[in-house]
Amino acid sequence: MNSWSRFNIVSVVLGFTFLYLPIVLLVIFSFNESKLVTVWAGFSFKWYVSLFHNQGLMDAAWVTVRVGLLAASIATVLGTMAALALTRYTRFRGRLLFSGMVYAPLVMPEVITGLSLLLLFVAIGFDRGFWTVTLAHITFSMCFVTVVVQSRLLSFDRSIEEAALDLGATPVRTFFEVTLPVIAPAVLSGWMLALTLSLDDLVIASFTSGPGATTLPMKIYSQVRLGVTPEINAACTILIGLVAIGVVIASVMTKRREIQRQRDEQAAFAGR
Amino acid sequence: MKSLGNIRRSFAPWTDPDAKPFISFRNVTKKFGDFTAVDDLTLDIYHREFFALLGASGCGKSTLLRMLAGFERPTAGEIILDGQDIAGIPPYKRPVNMMFQSYALFPHMSVESNIGFGLRQDGMPKAEIAARVAQMLKLVKLEQFAKRKPHQLSGGQRQRVALARSLAKRPKVLLLDEPLGALDKKLREETQFELMDLQQELGLTFVVVTHDQEEAMTMADRIAVMSHGKVIQVATPAEIYEAPNSRFVADFIGDVNILDGKVSASGNGRIELATNEGFTVRTAAANAPATGSAAGFAIRPEKLKVTRAAPADASVNAAQGEIWDIGYLGDMTVFHVKLDSGKVVKASMLNAQREVEDPVAYDERVWVSFGETAGVVLKD
Ligand SMILES: Nc1ncnc2c1ncn2[C@@H]1O[C@H](COP(=O)(O)OP(=O)(O)OP(=O)(O)O)[C@@H](O)[C@H]1O
Ligand SMILES: [Mg+2]
Repeated sequence: MNSWSRFNIVSVVLGFTFLYLPIVLLVIFSFNESKLVTVWAGFSFKWYVSLFHNQGLMDAAWVTVRVGLLAASIATVLGTMAALALTRYTRFRGRLLFSGMVYAPLVMPEVITGLSLLLLFVAIGFDRGFWTVTLAHITFSMCFVTVVVQSRLLSFDRSIEEAALDLGATPVRTFFEVTLPVIAPAVLSGWMLALTLSLDDLVIASFTSGPGATTLPMKIYSQVRLGVTPEINAACTILIGLVAIGVVIASVMTKRREIQRQRDEQAAFAGR
Repeated sequence: MKSLGNIRRSFAPWTDPDAKPFISFRNVTKKFGDFTAVDDLTLDIYHREFFALLGASGCGKSTLLRMLAGFERPTAGEIILDGQDIAGIPPYKRPVNMMFQSYALFPHMSVESNIGFGLRQDGMPKAEIAARVAQMLKLVKLEQFAKRKPHQLSGGQRQRVALARSLAKRPKVLLLDEPLGALDKKLREETQFELMDLQQELGLTFVVVTHDQEEAMTMADRIAVMSHGKVIQVATPAEIYEAPNSRFVADFIGDVNILDGKVSASGNGRIELATNEGFTVRTAAANAPATGSAAGFAIRPEKLKVTRAAPADASVNAAQGEIWDIGYLGDMTVFHVKLDSGKVVKASMLNAQREVEDPVAYDERVWVSFGETAGVVLKD
């Protein structure tokens, strides 16, 4: 079973090449000395330096970071609340509809999400800019948080909440002193996921942003249409780095959470 | 005066018609969908009582406790605590603490913070909390584990943390759901006596659920035997054991031999029962069934005597059979005697001496005998 057949090796190599060759090329050429993107002329950091002097790109990066942090944080609060409602109040009317609706944005084409949000903002006369992008990002990343937190809540041993109530903690204190600390790793990885999604979103941001609120992916996209410069390569490399770090942290946390959860469950159900 | 078993202390408010119960279940029913977990149950528990609930798995013991703690609402009936109907009071305002069957320790808190949790909710000063926690840790012998998290403890240690946590607030009523199940025999016995002392000392009311009859017998002032959501008998351990009110209780608590038959004579608080095993049992009966009715006779193994010779006193009940099986348990020996009718009865004999002269052996013919007051007549 462990023996690597030739077929397996070939398919793995092909698959990874297909996935990562473009990215690897991009990263390599971001360190290129030459201005020509396709001709290697020696190693250099100069495009990174010039990137930091490119005011337009830096502004866009700053917008992206602000939108990302704000949207991820609010989406985490809302998404956690939705997850709690969906797992705890299993008998309210329209629960099925509600849970279906929470999941819909996961599979909804981004173009549609973006377009519908745009129409909404136009309809209510909301000037497009920083806040509309943020709102849009909250909307689409919230359901990812819900999914992550909900899967944690399904295996949550509710008797510890009962124990807290029994010992005199009000429902609110029970939530903040017992429930939240126990599900915190899931909430945090939901936040990581939301942040990552917001940082690299292009489609929805293009629909919903306005003057003065150009995000980094939008900026890069518009510059690329005028011709690829190694500066863009450098920006992309940084972006890839950030996203990769985010994904790695989120998955490590998920992994640790799994292990922790197993332990907690043993703790709760020990003895029999 | 003759009494049933030893009386531990002269505490018996249930015999006093003027005593007011501290906890009253009045016609309480709890349904989960179509399933009735607790069925029209009425039960009084008194202040400072150590009360045990005993019954097979799934008979509704935990559900009863959870209703008292406030996690389940009775479908019908009311629960009175200290003169007050507690239906509308949320769990966090009830003067009741519970030790959960699953322990329900807070996984993200150390042993110390687990135990101190309830005290912190009450806003007790830090120094007092620390003192109380230390006292509790000492009680459950976990001083050196104060800083550990629950997942770093063994099952028995977790159980002790759960016990300490529920005791820390010294609630008026403490509900213990299988508090000692995961402890080894020695620690369990020690803890039983510690719990009894503590309950006496602090003047608390304890309601304990247990599977273990011996534990219930040891600790409780009174025991309620439950079956399918109903209370079958509530009485002191001695009464439950020596005077079970039904076949179910006789069978559920301890070992018992039950002989069925028909009442052939009845009067003066005594009956003669013609058993299906072909011999007649003459026995005292508290409220004797009428002549001609069917009845059962329950007798505990230790009240049967096994001898080679027929008993000299002709008034003693006796039947003949042969030794079918012998079980040596150390403190006593259990004989399975196959009566001539084919029924096998159990008789146990205390091994008061280390060596027995000429013990009865397999396949030997023997007499099984018992006195007039050794057993109980069961009408059902
Ligand atoms: N939330 C619930 N929903 C449906 N049925 C339940 C629920 N809680 C308990 N029951 C049922 O009610 C019955 C009594 O349960 P309970 O937990 O009181 O039993 P128990 O006497 O404590 O048993 P054990 O000794 O095994 O702990 C069981 O048959 C159980 O399946
Ligand atoms: Mg139970």
